Amino acid sequence: MRVDLTGAGATFPYPLYARWFNEYAQETNVRVNYQSIGSGGGIRQVLANTVDFGATDVPMSDADLERSRTPIIHVPMVLGAVGITYNLPEITRPLRLSGEVIAAVFLGTITRWNDPRLVALNPDATLPDRELLVVHRADGSGTSYIFSDYLTAVSAAWSAGPGRGREVLFPVGIGGKGNEGVAGQVKQMPGSLGYLEVVYARQNRLPVAHIQNRAGRFVSPMPYEVASAATSVVDAQSSAKDLRISLVNAPGPQSYPIASFTWLLIAPDAIGPRKTAQLVAFVRWALADQNNAASTLGYVALPGSLADIVLDRLEQATTTPPRP
Amino acid sequence: MPETPADRAYRGYTTLSAIAIPALVCVLAVLIARAALPALAADSGVSVIGRTWDVGRGQFGLLPALVGTLTTSFFALCIAAPLGLGAAVVAAELAPRPLRAPLAFLLDLLAAIPSVVYGLWALAVVVPLLRTRVMPALADAFPNAALVAGPQYGPSMLAAVLVLAIMILPYISAVAREVLLAVPRTQRDAALALGATRWEMIRDAVLPYARTGLIGGVMLGLGRALGETMAVTMVIGNRHTLPTSLFEPGYTLSSLLANEFGEASAEGHVSALMAAACLLLGVTLLVNGLAQWLVWRTQHGRIGDHRGAD
Repeated sequence: MRVDLTGAGATFPYPLYARWFNEYAQETNVRVNYQSIGSGGGIRQVLANTVDFGATDVPMSDADLERSRTPIIHVPMVLGAVGITYNLPEITRPLRLSGEVIAAVFLGTITRWNDPRLVALNPDATLPDRELLVVHRADGSGTSYIFSDYLTAVSAAWSAGPGRGREVLFPVGIGGKGNEGVAGQVKQMPGSLGYLEVVYARQNRLPVAHIQNRAGRFVSPMPYEVASAATSVVDAQSSAKDLRISLVNAPGPQSYPIASFTWLLIAPDAIGPRKTAQLVAFVRWALADQNNAASTLGYVALPGSLADIVLDRLEQATTTPPRP
Repeated sequence: MPETPADRAYRGYTTLSAIAIPALVCVLAVLIARAALPALAADSGVSVIGRTWDVGRGQFGLLPALVGTLTTSFFALCIAAPLGLGAAVVAAELAPRPLRAPLAFLLDLLAAIPSVVYGLWALAVVVPLLRTRVMPALADAFPNAALVAGPQYGPSMLAAVLVLAIMILPYISAVAREVLLAVPRTQRDAALALGATRWEMIRDAVLPYARTGLIGGVMLGLGRALGETMAVTMVIGNRHTLPTSLFEPGYTLSSLLANEFGEASAEGHVSALMAAACLLLGVTLLVNGLAQWLVWRTQHGRIGDHRGAD
């Protein structure tokens, strides 16, 4: 018998989900219809019970979870990361940045490329006396959330100022629509710097800065470094009650500091045991990812040990009998 | 003659059509207004005169976007209206006959280009050109003008104005051309017979006769400019501040909706965006009402009074 599931939400993992759903439909009789309408839309639809599952790059807030009539489970599916790209023809080696300096740039307290704080991090490069122009996302996005979550974690001034959110009130700079908008403006304007989703940066061969992590090392957002961040955070927070956890500023010498999960949202009591079991089966299949769809498309898959933890927790959450 | 079933069916169909359009507009307005209702509460943070848009802190000031919408549309109209009317006069009256149809076709073609294509073109061509050539030249030419002062990044109100002007140009010129073509031959012949030159004929006989339609065409262009979203979002720089210069980045109501609605999940945020939609709808209705009134005014005051205006 053919089974149909509907889902809606995040646009960032959409290419991967589309491929997974397509392959899964060929192997099984389960068809998934997914609309990539944005994380906010995914959360809205799960709360309204109009879909079987949601997808989001941004963990649901406590307030949103309380609004829900039934419990909602966050299931990490794949990893995302945010890179800092820049347009500085003068330098050939990757730019090095620290959390404090990135916050100062986006707060508008660093306005020129030869600022002593930038020079101190890049002693071997000759940074020009050029205006530094900030480019940020204008549309609400998980990318902005992850980036501002990171700045909130590493900078007191950012935490007291703009804070974290899908839409952030950036004190300086110009806003581009989407990753392509930010990338387009950075490419055109010498002296500019912006943040974007790493998959996008890698596919378009944009330069990305190496960022100083909690252990003091400068790391690039390559798959291994992003996966390390996830493993070390989950190890450190193994007692957390759910996997709605932030991966920014992760411990560990190899960890890239601006990383995040992207989640499926499942409300077992709202969709009933049959559909829940089918979703769990899909998650099990997807996390095994035997065709390596994630890495082929440029995503960072959950490392095997982490996938096991996710599945264990999902089993626990979906097999506990519903409260009387 | 008794009404046949066909007559009744026809009457039913046309009545339904007549009701459907106002009903659609009403349903649309009511649904948006209802979704925006929470924004009317005193503690919602939504304010038409507020200047700060900070989603995290629940402050939703709509003034920068409202001013951005009105300013970009106004300046776009200042550029597009004379250009569009001029092009229409050429295409309808002045160009050699074999050239008129191709010219009109080219003008109409501008209207057929999707707005995202305009946006991409503006981002790739207009913005760099503004940054490297136009903005420095303007700032040098008018060193004391506040309108062309400030940082020369490229993405700016000016970029939005230019792309809007190009986008509404075909609407203005297409309507204006049709209106000019509809001016009766006798009107022209009479002017020529009185010894008018070609220019005098157009100025004194054709344009005043067509005035109602010309204003209507310009207002149609203004309506388009107010609502245009995609291309503007791509080049305006999306910054929530009250712009003091055309060189600064700004925001419009429609780009605010395009940017934030997809990811909005908090109730206050959604209702604030709905309030922005209401405001945009209100501004558009106001402009259209104004256009109707202008058209009505010119129709009723047309005969004989155009000489007084010279």
